[in-house]
Amino acid sequence: MSLINAAVDSAIAIAEKRKGKLGAGVYSGRPNVVLERGFYALKSSTWMVVASGFVEPVFYLLAFGYGIGQFISGTTDGNGSPITYAQFIAPALLATSAMNGAIYDSTWNVFFKMHFGKVYNGMLSTSMGTLDVALGEISWALLRGLAYAIGFMAVVTGMGLIPSIWGLLAIPAAVLVAFGFASVGMGVTSYLKNHQQMQWIQFVMLPMFLFSGTFYPLSIYPEFIQWFIQAMPLWQGISLIRGLTLGILDWAMLGHALYFVAMIIGGLFFTTRRLTALFLR
Amino acid sequence: MPKEVRKEASAEAMITATGLTKKYGDFVAVDGVNFTVTRGESFGLLGPNGAGKSTTMKMIAATSQRTGGNLVILGKDPNRQGPEIRAHLGVVPQQDNLDRELKVWENLMVYGRYFGLSRKFLKGKIEELLEFAQLGEKRNSKTEELSGGMKRRLTIARGLVNEPEILLLDEPTTGLDPQARHILWDRLFRLKEQGVTLVITTHYMDEAEQLCDRLMVMDKGKIMAEGSPAELIKKYSSREVLEVRFGSENNASVAGRLKGIGERLEVLPDRILIYEESGEKCLEQIIKLGLEPVTSLVRRSSLEDVFLRLTGRTLVE
Amino acid sequence: MSLDVRAETQMTWVGAKKLVDPQVSIRYGAFFVAENRLRNMAKWWLSIIAFGLGNPSLYLLSIGIGVGSLVDSSLGANAIDHVSYLTFLAPALLASAGIQGALDEVTWPTMEGFVWDRTFFSMNSTAITGKQIVSGILMAAMTRCLLQVFLYELCLLAFGAISWQSIPILLLVSATAGFGFSAVMLAFSASIKDDDGVFALVGRFIITPMFMFSGTFYPIDSMPIYLRWIGWISPQWHATNLGRALSYGSPVEPWLQAIHWGLMLVLAVIGITWANRMFESRLAK
Ligand SMILES: Nc1ncnc2c1ncn2[C@@H]1O[C@H](COP(=O)(O)OP(=O)(O)O)[C@@H](O)[C@H]1O
Ligand SMILES: [Mg+2]
Repeated sequence: MSLINAAVDSAIAIAEKRKGKLGAGVYSGRPNVVLERGFYALKSSTWMVVASGFVEPVFYLLAFGYGIGQFISGTTDGNGSPITYAQFIAPALLATSAMNGAIYDSTWNVFFKMHFGKVYNGMLSTSMGTLDVALGEISWALLRGLAYAIGFMAVVTGMGLIPSIWGLLAIPAAVLVAFGFASVGMGVTSYLKNHQQMQWIQFVMLPMFLFSGTFYPLSIYPEFIQWFIQAMPLWQGISLIRGLTLGILDWAMLGHALYFVAMIIGGLFFTTRRLTALFLR
Repeated sequence: MPKEVRKEASAEAMITATGLTKKYGDFVAVDGVNFTVTRGESFGLLGPNGAGKSTTMKMIAATSQRTGGNLVILGKDPNRQGPEIRAHLGVVPQQDNLDRELKVWENLMVYGRYFGLSRKFLKGKIEELLEFAQLGEKRNSKTEELSGGMKRRLTIARGLVNEPEILLLDEPTTGLDPQARHILWDRLFRLKEQGVTLVITTHYMDEAEQLCDRLMVMDKGKIMAEGSPAELIKKYSSREVLEVRFGSENNASVAGRLKGIGERLEVLPDRILIYEESGEKCLEQIIKLGLEPVTSLVRRSSLEDVFLRLTGRTLVE
Repeated sequence: MSLDVRAETQMTWVGAKKLVDPQVSIRYGAFFVAENRLRNMAKWWLSIIAFGLGNPSLYLLSIGIGVGSLVDSSLGANAIDHVSYLTFLAPALLASAGIQGALDEVTWPTMEGFVWDRTFFSMNSTAITGKQIVSGILMAAMTRCLLQVFLYELCLLAFGAISWQSIPILLLVSATAGFGFSAVMLAFSASIKDDDGVFALVGRFIITPMFMFSGTFYPIDSMPIYLRWIGWISPQWHATNLGRALSYGSPVEPWLQAIHWGLMLVLAVIGITWANRMFESRLAK
């Protein structure tokens, strides 16, 4: 067998594709390979665990939308038109699905790969750069968030909970939401050192889920609490998606979208920096 | 690789370190070392645990940034041109970091993809590598199901996927059984014959003697000695060593009476070592003194003696 | 550390025959295991307390008060079970806290003991038996369970969701639910060879639906009949219904109350028997 042959020249040429270009020290233009790895790993994992991740919001929809919903009347869409309670919480749970999917992969799974699986050690001993790894992993997490959002969307559309045609845009909006959470999730995870610290992520997620106007309008809170909640990403996501599924559009939605763009950029920046510090110092 | 190319390139420096230093906080792990590795050479780093071998290897692998001195790999600066340098390297870290979520062949495929190699090229390459590592039957196993030796071979095969110019091996055979070690030596020797530059760390002296053209002995981050195995033995030890035992109670008291015998004498709790051109002659002298060792052994001096002489017999953890 | 081969070493040696009394571990082995677990838990006491108090308070505020106010404004006050929504919810949240608190201490430690660190095997290579490990783990789990429920009760008391008189009985009911369920889950955990997301699936398909469809947030009879079985087989519902009867006097027939107690205890007996068998056979492997 020949270990050194002509093919190596082309191999090196590919590996050096971005040689000398801007950011060549952190980016070699191959984040897609991280997704490939994700698919290989998924193939031989317990895919049921991944596939079933979207059921939790469905249970919430059933228990609250239909269960408690029986005891709740007078829900309106914000413009005064009456809607069912299930129609009110469905978009919130859609945003939550996107968030959950993105967060599962970008926090616990990343944490595992970082500290036990040594996956990034392997990646970064090749010609991959840290931005390749960050972008690849975040995209992978985002795909999971998107998959959950689509799954949930299929369920709620089937139940007639999406009254407006604008609801179609809820899917791209969910991509944005998932991307933002994946990016920040991985950024934060890269700074955490042990399981106990990781648990605190859950401790932030739960209140965000419970208080972001998921189950009732913010108006029941005093004003300073409302301000605080409006600064939280899930509230931004829920408002964006609820506006779309109920067909009530306004300029504030642009603000919500920009909020997520900022999350994406910030998360990528910190993740790349931290990966460099952890694996290349 | 054609022979004449190898010869012509033989003086070309692949790795040049000058005053290379790595500090972790105040702790100096690598303390201003100088060395050069030329193309096609097999270069060994020897030293006890904590000597700074792995740290040096990581800096060469462009995955750890130096804190002082200079390091040039393939004409490039690892602190700034990491991905470009790593494109030409094969790395076998001290601890296997195979991807546990992937099967054996997927590990090779995905790792090759990290280099941007095409799937088509990799399909063929994987077959070659599986054969090289004798893992053909395990191609569809998960890496957890492999034995230690198999994992190590897979890690080495993985490091070859980009047909590297320099292969870095950090303790490639630690923890392996003798069979597995010999298989690995054989594989590494073949790579060397093909002109791959090897940098190997080890604390097995037989391994160093087998594989390395040139050695550098490190201790506490510094270079203690450098040269070919034969040169080092000649310089730091005698031709033969005589080992005598008088029982652990008596060694110390007998030692006093042995002064003047041999070039150098070392007293351990369980035995006395005498370094001399001819071990038999020393043994005769001892018996002439009326002393009767419980056991005695004359052997050739090895790198191990050099190593212990240079780095001491103290166990550092 | 630096160790020189030339250094002299000294070791005292009495011998196991004199040193170790086999009766001690036969009598107290389970306590040694429990002590070991509790020491382990003590390292994370801050998280345990923070989560023990934090989670319930969040649910209370969000669902109890927030959703409660929606219910009240729709149907008027005290529409469900003739009490405020918060009072209605309290026994259910306590049952859930009891189950969750005990559960956390039987699932992960068992995986750790058999798979990750194999600590059970090293315990078993001393004089400690499989049964003693089972008892020890359950003791530790119940300590955590009682602590967590009690903290939760203080929370509920502060919100006016329960009366102080009902603290002991609700503690007993919730801990019994935790005991029954965690005994079964202990046996189940001991049968798992490799995590592979089994617990994620259990959480998703057993724990979460059990929490949501056991009459926790609204009376079980307002669920469609084909979903009510979820409640009937879940310790969550039995403890919730019992707790509602014994704390604020929700009308529950005595025979039904007896069934509630009985079912939770039967679960415990089945769980312990099964766990003992699992542990002994797995340790003997
Ligand atoms: N990341 C690190 N942070 C702090 N100290 C380190 C780190 N890595 C290695 N060291 C220290 O540097 C010294 C050299 O380590 P290493 O290069 O691994 O030695 P060797 O491979 O020769 O056994 C050791 O004392 C080790 O504890
Ligand atoms: Mg090392």
